[in-house]
Amino acid sequence: MIAEIGLAALWLAAALAALQLIAGSLSLTGKAESLTGTVRPVAIVQGALALLAFAALIALFARTDLSVKLVAMNSHSAKPLIFKIAAAWGNHEGSMLLWVTVMGLAGAFVAQFERRLPEKTMLATLAGQAFVSLGFYAFLLISSNPFERLNPPAGEGNGLNPLLQDIGLAFHPPTLYLGYVGLSVAFSFAIGALLTRQVGPAFAKAMRPWVLGAWIFLTLGITAGSYWAYYELGWGGWWFWDPVENASLMPWLAATALLHSVSVLASRDALRIWTVMLGVVAFSMSMVGTFLVRSGILTSVHAFAVDPERGSFILVLLAIYIGGALTLFGLRAATVSEGKQFALVSREGALVFNNVMLTAILGIVLFGTLYPLVTEVFDTKVSVGPPYFNPVGAVFFVPMVLILMVGPLLRWRKDSFARIAKVLILPVILMLGAVAVVLGIAEYRGIDGALPFVGIVLAAGLAIASLLPLRERNLLRTPLTTWGMVLAHLGVAVALFGMAVESAYKVEKLVAARVGETTSVGPWKVELRGIEPVPGPNWTAIEADLLASYKGGATSAVKPQSRSFWTPPQMTTESALLTRWNGQLYAVIGDEAQDGRWQLRLWWKPFVTLIWFGGIMIALGGLLSLIGRVAADIRRGVARGRIADRHESRAQ
Amino acid sequence: MRGLLFLLVLALCTPVVWAPLAAQDTLPPAPYAYEQLEDPALEARAQALMETLRCLKCQSQSIADSDAPMAGDMRSQVRKRIAAGEEPEAIRKWLIERYGDYVSYTPRFTALTWPLFLVPMLIVALAALLLRRRFRRGGEG
Repeated sequence: MIAEIGLAALWLAAALAALQLIAGSLSLTGKAESLTGTVRPVAIVQGALALLAFAALIALFARTDLSVKLVAMNSHSAKPLIFKIAAAWGNHEGSMLLWVTVMGLAGAFVAQFERRLPEKTMLATLAGQAFVSLGFYAFLLISSNPFERLNPPAGEGNGLNPLLQDIGLAFHPPTLYLGYVGLSVAFSFAIGALLTRQVGPAFAKAMRPWVLGAWIFLTLGITAGSYWAYYELGWGGWWFWDPVENASLMPWLAATALLHSVSVLASRDALRIWTVMLGVVAFSMSMVGTFLVRSGILTSVHAFAVDPERGSFILVLLAIYIGGALTLFGLRAATVSEGKQFALVSREGALVFNNVMLTAILGIVLFGTLYPLVTEVFDTKVSVGPPYFNPVGAVFFVPMVLILMVGPLLRWRKDSFARIAKVLILPVILMLGAVAVVLGIAEYRGIDGALPFVGIVLAAGLAIASLLPLRERNLLRTPLTTWGMVLAHLGVAVALFGMAVESAYKVEKLVAARVGETTSVGPWKVELRGIEPVPGPNWTAIEADLLASYKGGATSAVKPQSRSFWTPPQMTTESALLTRWNGQLYAVIGDEAQDGRWQLRLWWKPFVTLIWFGGIMIALGGLLSLIGRVAADIRRGVARGRIADRHESRAQ
Repeated sequence: MRGLLFLLVLALCTPVVWAPLAAQDTLPPAPYAYEQLEDPALEARAQALMETLRCLKCQSQSIADSDAPMAGDMRSQVRKRIAAGEEPEAIRKWLIERYGDYVSYTPRFTALTWPLFLVPMLIVALAALLLRRRFRRGGEG
């Protein structure tokens, strides 16, 4: 019964999305004024129905209803409740439903609360939003029905991939999806503004919180995903430029550029076309992030061919969305004027420069990710990996960081470097110092080997430079948005420092150790005290009992496991981490070697945690800005309300 | 940062992770699969090379990161050859001859891969052009 309610709600929501699209578009032509009033309420009900469908799916998973195919395929009765629920979106159909639900709720929110834009622009926006959602509804209902029944019901479920049975991963995909949805809402605003020729500060102000929110979630999603891969996959890497990682990085790059551009448009009325274009690009990238990964084509053209029906559907959707967005942009861009002008040396100038750099990095990542598919068509498989992306990306990343140090210190419209030269002495000295230190202790290891040291120097300079906008300011009166900017830029420096130091100075040790034996890795001494079996709820494990001490200091226990799950039967390695302020000891237990020894893999990773602390700081900086913006909007709204009241009472 | 689909494929493709428990490999791993070279300088060279070679049985993992038996065999080969004094690039070339370009994460410049090197240059030129146009006109605002 629950499944049928869910399916019915989904069909109704889809029908309402169609109505929302038609009513919104017709009322734009001015021929169907009577429909105008329906658009907002329809959007709200559509969101509620999508939520109902998603709630039904969660209920099915929570009860492990094995007469539903999706549940039988992806869940199991003997599993902690939290992972039963997480299994609802840990699969293709469920994650699509989550996507469209969040999109519906966002649309409902916009319909209910956004009153700043001209009504026509709003109708176009909501129509655009319905257009995007409709593709998802069609995809769900035609090729990926999450509520499909199984007759007869399965005796037991297949279980959830044990690698996914981890609290970090349970919330990683929804976080990214929230980001993608936010960018789609931003795109809907761009459609609305383009169609009604209202690309100006009011549009930018309505769009900005969605871009900021999306960007915060994307940042968190990438940070959490990177940390999850680091500790769960058991090989201690935090980024590998793999196609799926790239697919999540590209929307973030576009969103970062869009975020800065939309701020300029909101406060300076400059960069109109550029902002709309980045909105189109960011949306396209979020579609790529959502769909291209799912189609399987990124892995290989052959993986795609395994399920060509669904894959083709996805590619057609992608073509419609991205093609449609670009066509609309192409048709209307000429009618949008550029907005206010500014000099190269100005805050806008620095922002534009870095936006171009971000877009260039995006171009490199996109091309490097897709090119192997092209060669595969010609029957040659090639791999494009870190040795390509790192140096090529650095060509744009290095100048970007240098400009990032200067940009926030410049004035709007027109400025000169001479004015801020004095302030910049501090970061320059620090960078020269870092160069000296790095040259003193590092050996030359070719171009690739040199990149981490460049990173260390840049991070040192940026760390100081990012704080400079706070100089000579009353810190109590500094706006929240400025704090947000400073924190986010400092976060970039912190993350960059972590990445660079880890790359340059990590130490790895592989040993086959006997019980009682002590081995060393970097500054650590690690003793294997024993190997013990450990039972879990749906697994058993072999656990190594390690005793680690840093530079002969106090000892702590480290207990990596090798787990055997039985539903489905699968082994995973559970790494054990020992965190200090200056890095992490990372331990993995492998197989039993000959004569009673055990394989141990140990790493000392100096300052590696800064990568994710930096990521969190960046997201937190975004959050501060968002709070600052929304608070200002509310204050302004309240003030406007009061003025209106006063006018009214005077009139009476 | 790995998505769900990737994980599913990964789980299917990484033998040690996936193999039913009863059917574990009984052969002992190759000598240098899980053993480092004594000389840290040589080990660093081997490590740097291994990080840029693809594990052919996995999805998106280098042989340095993989537990698949084949990756272990390749690690052993790389370490032995480095210890014997071979140049890393010579070893890469030897592996490419055996397994094709797919095995190396560093793309070579060939008739099929030249766009990988040309496009970044085009992007640099395009970025320069875009900035130039933007600021030549807007100079005095």
